[in-house]
Formats: sequence, C-alpha cells, structure tokens
Amino acid sequence: MLRFVLKRLLSLVATLAVASVVIFIAIEVVPGDPASYMLGLNAEPDTVQALRDELGLNASKITRYFQWVGGMVHGDFGTSYTYRTPVSAMIADRIGISLPLALYALLLSTVIAFPAGIIAATRRGSVADVSIMGATQLGVAIPNFWFAMLLVLFFSIQLRWFSAGGFPGWDEGFFAGVKALTLPAVALALPQASILARVMRSSLLDTLGEDFIRTARAKGLTTRQTLWRHALRNALIPVLTIIGLQFSFLLAGAIIIENVFFLPGLGRLIFQAISQRDLIVVESVVMLLVFAVVLVTFLVDVAYAVADPRLRAQR
Amino acid sequence: MSLRKLLLPLLIAAASTTHAAKTDLVLGMQLEPPNLDPTGGAAAAIDEVVYANIFEGLTRFASDGSVQPALAKSWEISDDGLTYTFTLNTGVKFHDGSDFDAQDVKFSLDRARAETSTNAQKQLFAGIENVEVSDAETVVITLAAPNGALLFNLAWGDAIMLSPDSFDKAKTDPVGTGPFTFSKWVQGDRIEIARNPDYWGEAAKLEKATFKFISEPTAAFAALMAGDVDAFPVFPAPENLPQFEADPRFQVVVGSTEGETILSTNNKQPPFDNKLVRQALAHAIDRKAIVDGAMFGYGTPIGTHFAPHHPAYVDLTGNSAYDPEKAKALLKEAGFEEGFTTTLKLPPPSYARRGGEIIAAQLREVGITTEISNLEWAQWLEQVFRGKDYGLTIVSHTEPMDIGIYAKADYYFQYDNPDLQSLMSDLESITDPAMRTQSLQKAQQIISDDYVNGYLFQLAKTGVANADIVGLWENSPTQANDLTAVYWK
Repeated sequence: MLRFVLKRLLSLVATLAVASVVIFIAIEVVPGDPASYMLGLNAEPDTVQALRDELGLNASKITRYFQWVGGMVHGDFGTSYTYRTPVSAMIADRIGISLPLALYALLLSTVIAFPAGIIAATRRGSVADVSIMGATQLGVAIPNFWFAMLLVLFFSIQLRWFSAGGFPGWDEGFFAGVKALTLPAVALALPQASILARVMRSSLLDTLGEDFIRTARAKGLTTRQTLWRHALRNALIPVLTIIGLQFSFLLAGAIIIENVFFLPGLGRLIFQAISQRDLIVVESVVMLLVFAVVLVTFLVDVAYAVADPRLRAQR
Repeated sequence: MSLRKLLLPLLIAAASTTHAAKTDLVLGMQLEPPNLDPTGGAAAAIDEVVYANIFEGLTRFASDGSVQPALAKSWEISDDGLTYTFTLNTGVKFHDGSDFDAQDVKFSLDRARAETSTNAQKQLFAGIENVEVSDAETVVITLAAPNGALLFNLAWGDAIMLSPDSFDKAKTDPVGTGPFTFSKWVQGDRIEIARNPDYWGEAAKLEKATFKFISEPTAAFAALMAGDVDAFPVFPAPENLPQFEADPRFQVVVGSTEGETILSTNNKQPPFDNKLVRQALAHAIDRKAIVDGAMFGYGTPIGTHFAPHHPAYVDLTGNSAYDPEKAKALLKEAGFEEGFTTTLKLPPPSYARRGGEIIAAQLREVGITTEISNLEWAQWLEQVFRGKDYGLTIVSHTEPMDIGIYAKADYYFQYDNPDLQSLMSDLESITDPAMRTQSLQKAQQIISDDYVNGYLFQLAKTGVANADIVGLWENSPTQANDLTAVYWK
C-alpha cells in the first residue's frame, strides 16, 4: 500500500511540474499587455513603461517563470497586477466560496443520486425505474445555466425566498452563506445527480447479475443483505470515478453558474483576470485547479485501492 | 393563499418601517474596479465608485458637466493666464483625521506629473511648470503657457487630492476627503461606503451605500427585479428597458454621456488614405438603423467628434447623411467601382459587436466587404490601438472633451493634419470662452470635412432605479456615481 501511494505521489509531482511550464508558456504567448490595459486610451507611452517597470514585467520570461514557481513552492503566489494585493489572499477568498459550493453541489447530487440509482436498479422495469430514468434524461439534457435562470425567476423574483445572487461573506453567518449558495448548488447538482444516478443504476445492475451475488443469495442472505453487503460495495468503483471527475468539474467548471449568480468564486476571478491580462492571477489559479484535479485523482486512486483489495495486490 | 393572508399584515408592517428609515442604497455596476486609486489606472469603474464620494479634487464636475469649486473654494487667474492662485476650503480633514492643506495639493499634483508617474491621464498636467505653497490655504500653480482647460482638467478623477501619509493605501483602503468613507471591499462581490460624519461640506443624505458587481446582463435584470439591487445607473441590457418602464416600481433614467461612438478608420492604411473612400464610407452608414438596431433606439446621432449636449456642439450629421448612391459614386471616383475588402475589428461592448454587424451589412450594400473579428479589450489595445493593424473598428471614446486626440498624428486613427494640430495647440492658450467655442467649432468642422472617422452616435446613459430614489445623476459628464445628493422619497 505504501509503495503504491508513493508511486502515485511521484507522478503527481511530475504532472504538476509539466503543467506549470505549459501554463506559463500558454499564458505568456497570449497577446495583450496588462499595463496598457490598466492605463487605457490616453496614457503616454512612458507612463506605460513606468508601470511595466513597477509591475516587474520588463524582466526576462525565464526569470519570471522561476520567480513564480519558486514563490509557489513557499506558498507565495505573487502580487496581482490589477488588484495589487497578494494573489494567495485573493485565491483564499475565492476558494471560500468555490469549495463550499462544489462540496454542497456534490453532497446534493450524491444524496439525490444514490437512492434514485438504487431504487431504479432494484426495481428494474417498474414505474419508479421508468420515471427516475426519464427524470435523469431530462436532468442531463437541460443546460445548467438555463435551469439556474429558471430557479432565479421562480425563487428570487416570484417568491423572493432567495436573493438573485451575490454572496454576503461568511462573516455574515453560516446560514446566510449557505442560503446564498443554495440555488447555485441546486443548479450545479441537477445534471451531476442525473449522471450519477444513471451510473449508479447500471453499475448496480451489472453487479447484481454477477455469480457472487447468486452465491450470496444461495448462502441464504436476503435480497437486502446481499445488496448492502456485496452488491453496493462492488458497484461503487465506477461511481467513485464519476464522483472524482465531477468534483473537479464542479470546482473548475462553475464559471457560468458563478456568472449567473454573480458569486465571487474562482471561476469569476479567472474570467476577470483573463480579460484584464492579470497574467499572474490566471497562471496561479489555473495551477491551483490543476493541483486540485491531480489531487482528487490521486485520492480516487487511493480510494479504489481501499475499496478493492485486488488493485493493491496488483502493484 | 391562507399563508399569504397570515403574512400580509406582517409584510405591510415591515415594508412601512423600512420605507421610512431607508438610508442605505445598493447600486449595481457591471464591472468591478481593479483597485480604488483613480490616479493610477484608467478603469472607469474606479471613478464610478470613488469620484466625489470618497475622493475630491480642487474642482469637480457637476451633473450638467459644468466645472464647480470643490476643495478649492475660489481661484484667481493672472492677466497673462500663467498663474492660478487657488484658495482652499478650511477645516477639511482626510478620513484618517489629518488636516488637508496646501502641502497635500502640491504633493498630489507633483506626484501626478512626475517622471515615474503612472497616472493614466498624465497629459492633463502637461502644462504645469510649478506648484507652490504660499500658505496652508493658498496654492499657486504656474503654467508654461496659458491653458484655458486647466480648471476642467483638475476636475477629472485622475486629479484628486491624496495625502502623502496615505496615498499608498489608495488602491485597497482609500483615504480621501469626500462625504463618504470607505468601509469594506469583498472582492468580486461588493464595496461598501459609509457617510463621513466629519465632512467639511454638506453631509450626504445616505448613511450607507453598497456597490454590487454584476457583469451578466440577465443577472443584472434578475437582481433589480428581486430587489437585491436598488439602482443600476448604467444598465447593460437596453432590450429590457421597456419592461422596467412599464413597471411602476422602477424608473428608467436616460441621460447623455461623453462617449462619442465612432467607426474609427485607419487613415494611413490604403484605401482609407484616400479621402474620397472615407467620404464614401460616411455616406454608406445609416446612423438611425444602427441606433435602433444596436442600441434599441437609445443614442443621439453625431456628425463629428463632439458631445451634442455641449454648448459648442455643431450638428454636422448632414455632412455625412445616409446616401448609398452617393457612396457608390464616390467609390467609383476613387477607383473602387468593384469595391474592396477591409478588416473590422470589434472590441467586446455590445455597441461594437451589434453595431459592427449592422455596419458590415450597410457597407456590403455599397460594395465594401468587411472581415469581422471579435477581440477582447487587451487584444484590441495591442492590435488596433498600439499596433495600428486594422482597417476599421468601432469604439466609444468616453473621455470628456477629447477632440484633442485628432491633433496626435500617431494616434491610432493616424490622422495627420497640420491645420488641425496648430488649431488645437492654439486653443490651449485661449482662455476667453467665446473664442474657445469658436475654435472648438472650427475643429469639429475640419474633422467632419476630412471624414477622419465614421461618426455614429453619442452613447446614451440608460439607467434603471427604484422609483423612490431621488438625486442620481441623469447624465454622465464623467464616469461617476456621485451619491452626495441621493436620498429615498
């Protein structure tokens, strides 16, 4: 097990190193200068030069790359060109919204998908199965930004139960924060829950058809006991994979939902930073997202090994 | 139904108490300022938060665009127009409690015009030779040559007064002299300001104001409808305005801005180096169709680079009236009977993207084919503005009184006319209002006759606000949300 984890960790570090080079190059070649963006149409050329000096943009690309990576290793992401505040503090603020939102959506989708998938699989062909599968079909098909707008129309404009968006900040209280994240989390969770329920159903159906289930039944276990002790645990592997992928998607892919609900999350930060050519922020946030995705993949790999002893033994 | 009946008395009680006591305001803005220092960046969003609220200058713009005294209560101009003696208001304090005096004026102006200055409008201070403190309440500015626009220049957000003790905090924790103090910035979400109890002038009526940043037009609509935002002074979706107009809870405020929206033309790139081609271009454009199609009818057609609400404006739209037949004839005369192909590079705002499609269709009518490319601002600045690699582009020039850009031969239009250049440099030293008007009118005529650019329309300021809010600026002489006089009915 330890060797397995070490091997995985090594590949994690290698992936990050390669990613940092790719990200830096990709973002540096994009045309557009942060200093002239900030100073606008009337600025004198020497003013732009003065600002470039102040921002350290006139240093060579190689120097800047090593400054950036070196800083990141110490947890220092540099200073934003446009906001002039430390990037790490900005990222920390934004993660305080994006991470709870992703977790909230993941929780919702799991809570909905697990029972739905189990019911559909165990009562295959029943009315419940058909209606659950119909609903998930719809859930996968509906674009989440459109669903988000419907939620706003109904719950914010019509009923006025929730605000149409924005985030009060966690210092206004836990409940206020959760309330502000509820509609976005629902909008994000719907397609994820649908996908997850379908995966859960088909994976469980596959497992239920296996020989060991018949053996378990033959040993005298009830259907329920077989389901909980043997079938579910084995059906979980593909579901875990999907959850891992979904979490990365929820963290990085919430840009549109964050825009619909004007939430100050990572997605909007990166969106804004790209248009303002706040390169250091873009680089750092993208790097962080890569790190999150790689980390989640790593954790899912470890979780496989825990769920399925055969995977450990093989390596 | 029954729940509603139960709750109704409660709701009414709640509504009436909040109504009487409402002294806070939530204002929606599409863009968040990158920082809060107007002396170190061009972003309009900075001024939209801090101008007249947190920071003040020696002079200021009123909502009608006129220049009024602010921190300077009066001034005297020497007969040769070279020396301005400003008398400052007394008892003015910065928000950190320190006194504002002539030293701060000298510091702020010297900082703005210094060699290492990163002021985006450094040219505003170009003619200043010396700033001298004669006593705590008197500052003398000496100019190299007379400059009739000095008082106007000092009213810009870029010319606000900072203290040497707190100027370096202006970006994130601004300390000014204005009627509001900075309270809090939740980045990406909102900025909060509160009434300054020690303000030297008339105190603000609002106790608290919040600027909330909502970039998505549909989200802006939802936020107003749900009551999360009380006003959206520059509402990003003109197509929704009729809906707000029909709703008694809201008022739609349509005013003017300083934004001349033009079809900028690269005067050095063939075939636009030929005046006949530019003239053909001007006659091929149907301004009304563009205002109706791209701006849903909001916007005033212009025939030159000048704001129609300005007293010196001359209506020259007739000079380039829509006449596709004439445009074709002119193209033939210029040797382009078969037409030609050029580039049309569009920045992100909807006036450009929507307007671009319409203009492309109109130009196609007279045989000009355009290759449209959509650019982000940063790309636009690099390719079009600095690189001058374009044929046509659409952009709104939002700086007040910016006809002077036509005198810069290396500006991105690449228009080089010595007559206009000398006219504009002479204008700088004219202080007599009537003579200034005359020169400005002449300049308008010259650029219109030269068909430097396609002049489209003056951008309108279309705002939506709760019907009970009074005192928001209707017009936008500078991009600002002056909340000094705003209150709830």
